[in-house]
Order: sequence, then C-alpha cells, then structure tokens
Amino acid sequence: MSVATASQGKAKVSPGRIARTIASNYLVRRLGKALFTVWFVTTLIFFLVRLMPSNPIEVYINELIVQYSLTYPEARDQAASLFAIDLDAPLWKQYVDYMGNLVQGNMGTSLRSPGTPVTAIIARFLPWTIFSVGVGLLISFSIGMTLGMLSAYRRDSAWEPVVSAIGSFLSSVPDYIIGILLLVYLGVRWEIVPIHAMRGSSTPGIQPGFTLKFIKDIFFHAALPIATYVLATFGGWLLTMKSNTISTLGEDYVTVARARGLTEGRITSAYVGRNASLPLIAQLAISIGFVVGGSILIEFIFVYQGIGFQLREAINTRDYPVMQGIFLVITMAVILSNLLADYAYGWLDPRVRIAGGE
Amino acid sequence: MASNTAAANGLSRFLSDLGHSFRIFLRNLTRNKVGFVGTLMILGFIFLAFIMPYFVPAPHKADITKIYERPSREHLLGTDSQGKDIWAQIVHGGRDIVVMAFLTGMIATFIGVSLGSLSAVIGGPLDSFLTTLADVWLTIPRFPLLAVLAGLITLNNIITLALILAVLSWAGLYRAIRAQVFSIKERDYIEAATALGLGLRHIIFSEILPNMMAYIAINFTLAMTAAIYAQVGLVFLGLVPLTRNWGVMINLAWTQGAIFFRDSIYFIMAPVVAIALFQLSIVWMSRSLEEIFNPRLRAGR
Repeated sequence: MSVATASQGKAKVSPGRIARTIASNYLVRRLGKALFTVWFVTTLIFFLVRLMPSNPIEVYINELIVQYSLTYPEARDQAASLFAIDLDAPLWKQYVDYMGNLVQGNMGTSLRSPGTPVTAIIARFLPWTIFSVGVGLLISFSIGMTLGMLSAYRRDSAWEPVVSAIGSFLSSVPDYIIGILLLVYLGVRWEIVPIHAMRGSSTPGIQPGFTLKFIKDIFFHAALPIATYVLATFGGWLLTMKSNTISTLGEDYVTVARARGLTEGRITSAYVGRNASLPLIAQLAISIGFVVGGSILIEFIFVYQGIGFQLREAINTRDYPVMQGIFLVITMAVILSNLLADYAYGWLDPRVRIAGGE
Repeated sequence: MASNTAAANGLSRFLSDLGHSFRIFLRNLTRNKVGFVGTLMILGFIFLAFIMPYFVPAPHKADITKIYERPSREHLLGTDSQGKDIWAQIVHGGRDIVVMAFLTGMIATFIGVSLGSLSAVIGGPLDSFLTTLADVWLTIPRFPLLAVLAGLITLNNIITLALILAVLSWAGLYRAIRAQVFSIKERDYIEAATALGLGLRHIIFSEILPNMMAYIAINFTLAMTAAIYAQVGLVFLGLVPLTRNWGVMINLAWTQGAIFFRDSIYFIMAPVVAIALFQLSIVWMSRSLEEIFNPRLRAGR
C-alpha cells in the first residue's frame, strides 16, 4: 500500500499531495495541536467569565455604583473600557472582539490599579517565575537523572534503598508542605537563612544588569523557592530514571554491546543513558505545567514576586482582567514547553517522527 | 431434614470459603510491608476523622488566657492563637478532607473508566475526538484553573468541589484506562466473548474491568492525592471558604503569623504533619492495592 503511493508520488507531485505531506508531518501536527489548545483555553476563559452565574462584569459595575455613586450607564462604560469589551454588542461579536484584542496583545486593564495594562503586569512579573521555576527544574532534573542512574547501577549498595526512600517520600508530599517546612525550620526555628531579607524577587533599588552583584542578588532571593522546587520534584525523576535504567539494562542490544566489547562508558552513555532518559523528556514538559501551577503556592509562601503571587492577589481582590490574563499566559507557557518537548523528543527518537508519536 | 443439612453444609462451606479468601486477602495485604503500613495508616486516619470526634469535644470556645500553650495533659498538642485546643481541631478537621478525597476519587474513576472503555471499545470518531480533547485538557495547568474558578464561583461545599476536581482530572485517567482496554481488547478471551455474542455491557463489566482492577485502584489513589493537594492548596491560599479542616488551620496559622512565634510550632506543624502523613499513607496503600489486584505481580516471585 505505502509502496504503491510512494511510487505514484515519485511519478507526479500534485499540490494536494504536498499539502497532505505537510499536514501529516510530525512537527506540523504538533504545532497545530498547540494552536488548537491555545484557542480552546482562551475560549474557555471567555465563556467562563461572561456566562458565570455571578458575572464578574456585573459585579464590578455594582461595585462602582456603590463606591463612587456613579449612575448605571457611567459605571457600565467604565467597566467596558477596563475589560476591553463592548457590552452592548451580541455575545458572538464580543467574542470576536476579545479574540482580536488578544491577538494584538491587548488583555484589558487592571481593575484594582486602574490605568495599568494587564500585559504590563505580566511583563513585569513573569520573568521571575520563569527564572526560578526554570533553574529549579534544571537542577532537580540533573540531580534526579544522575542519582537515578547511579541507583540502578549500584542496586546492591547500602545507600541505594535510603536514596530511593527519600525520593519516594519527597515526591509523595505536596510541594507547599515542603515549602512551609523549609520556611519554619530553616528560617524561623534554626535561623539559618535570613527569610525577611529574602522576600521579594530582588533587593529594592538594585541595578538590573549582567553584573555579579545583581546575579548574586536574584539567586539569593530565589534560593528558597528553587530549593522547594528541587526537593519536591527530584524524587520523581530519580524513581523514573532508576526503573527505566533497570529495564534498559535488560535489553538485548545492551547485552550485544557488551559482547562486542564496547567500553562500559560508551554503553552507559550511548546505549543505556540515551534510551532510559527518553521518556523523561516528555515527562519534563508535563512537570513544567505542574510546577508553574504550584508556583502560586510556593511564591505565596516565600513572598516571591512572580506571576503566581500576582495571580493569587488578583483572585483575592477579584481583579478579573488580571486573573484572566495571567491564567492565559501560564497556560501558553505550558503549551509552549510541551511543544518544545515534543520537538526534542522527535529529534532524540527518530521512531516517534516516523510512527506519528502516539 | 435432608434439605436442612444441605443448607447448613452450604452455609459452612460458604463461610469457610469466605474465611479462605479473607486469609488470602490478608496475606496479599501484608506481603508488601510498606503497603501494609500505608493501609493501617489510612484506617487510622478514618478512625481519627469519623470516630474520634465523638470522644473529643469540638474546639468552640476561645480562651485568651491560654494562648500558645505547650502540650500538656489537658491540651495534647498545646493551644493556638485564640487559646483553642489544637488536638481537637485536628480531630474535627479531618472529615472534610477524607470525605472529599474519597468522593473525588470515586467520581474521577467513574468518569475515567466509562469514557476510557467506551472510547477503546467503540473506537471511530468518538475515540479520536476524546483522545484529542484529553491531549488538550492535559496541557491546561489544573491548579491555576481551579484557583481562577474559585474566583468566579463560590466553592464552599465539598460535593461541588469534589465534582469540579473530578471533572478537571478526567483526562489522565481516561488515557490510562483507554490504553489498558486497548491492550486487553486484543486478547483471545475477549474475541471469544464477542463471538459468543455476549453484548457490550457484559464484555466491559465482566471481561475487561476485572482485568484492570490494579490500574483502576492506582488511578483512584492518584486522583485522591491530587484532590487533597488541590483542596488544601486552595484553602491555604484563602481562596475557598471551608470551615474546620487542616488546610484552614494552616491558613489561620499563616495569616496570624504563627510561624514567627517560637511557641506556636504545634499550631502550624500539626496540620502540616497530618496532611503529609495522609498523602504518604495513600501513596503507600496503593502498593498493597497493586499487590491485591494484580495476580501476575504475585506469580512473578
């Protein structure tokens, strides 16, 4: 069947066939799915905000009337401008406008600090979350992979059960519990770290730039969130890497490689390591979503001024445009990292590209 | 007379069969030490949350003369910032969390199992639609979505919360179940059942489901831990108003600055330890469940 279509294709390349080839391409399909997800989430949020029993826009209009004794039309106009929505238009028109605004990067204006666009708030706080979560995941991924492989190779050693037990304990306990424990013990009981000075994402007044002082400062402020992310996630990597390595060690091609007399170092890196770590790449993408989501709690605990902290503030003060904007950005970050992981996976494992990756 | 003895025989045989399967059950339960400890801990938590409240009076009255007392015979875990007994708060604060976790696990498992098996057995457009939807759903960060929902609707009762949590976590379960049904579907005995014309319901509930109990049990516990994570998280952030549970205790200890007082360590640590242990016992129990429901795992030893 496939041979037949291939020979036909060689004979005559039609535009339809090119379109089909592009559409069935692994990378293109992944991109299409990512775009579809972005559309799905933005639509979901639009209808959630507009069709909820306690419509946030009506709630805000009432609030304006009570607080500033505005008339209903005045309050309605102000609310409409802040939400970047035309309240008189039919729902479908509002939806089209909303999508159009989003594509142009307009997410409305904050209700609680009027005049501040939502995009400005996101641009100010998102980098800190990306920085702390990114560094934390990189560290935990490297530690987990290394320890997991070592545990698989040294299954008979005395420390292996201890390491596995710690890993499984830390991966079962919620990350915010670990954060609270770090704060209570390191910060308050034993007074090892100065938690009061570590609040915020950087020391006020410090000059941002590629100076050693600034880099040291931001690591100082992010140290506890990063430590929490590492402690909460490395156990999962360790356990997965260990079981993957053990099952890969039993594969025929490893035995054959040994029989061919390849060096142990080459077998470890090119045969066992590469194959055992493949599934972890896909898992990394999923865990980025989870850790970014958990950052609401971790940043709240350590008063770290990132996007999660702002999301919690926005929800608590019912600042709907900010809420909506931050949620969309978090989701897009997760979708983007999933897409990158898909690409990395396809690049590392050619079988995925050919078979379609399911 | 004769029929009487026959009935008695049947009954005694039934009882001995029951005793026999109970012994097998116990043996499998204790085979995995960690799993057994986890199961005992779960039973302990159920006892704490449902039986203990009858013996420990509810912590109603505040007493300003007894703020942040150290543990004593009168106050097993000391007192909080209002002079209320902490042990009593732990005892009365567990029920919500245990009930909600089980409820979420049940609903999520039900959705996952029914959609997953339908999708795999029927196939076609329904299957590709659900798989795509699950793929998309899995990329949406669940906890932020939940937090945003908490800002839009009042989630102040555990049944609504359990329903929402279950619906939010359908995709992972669906995927696991669907893959499992797909692999079982191809086996010979299913083909035999289909050839006998036994009907879809019989095939799903009598042939396929019993072979997936291990998977279902594991996913049930996963849904439970995710539910506890989310509920306590939301309450801790102060986004969901629930009365008297461990998350509320952490939130109170937090907002009243209890972590910064030397004597208030029991106020914050008691609910933290309770939640951590409860999560841990669920994860540990799942190992025993795997052992019980997966005979192949046992045969391998």
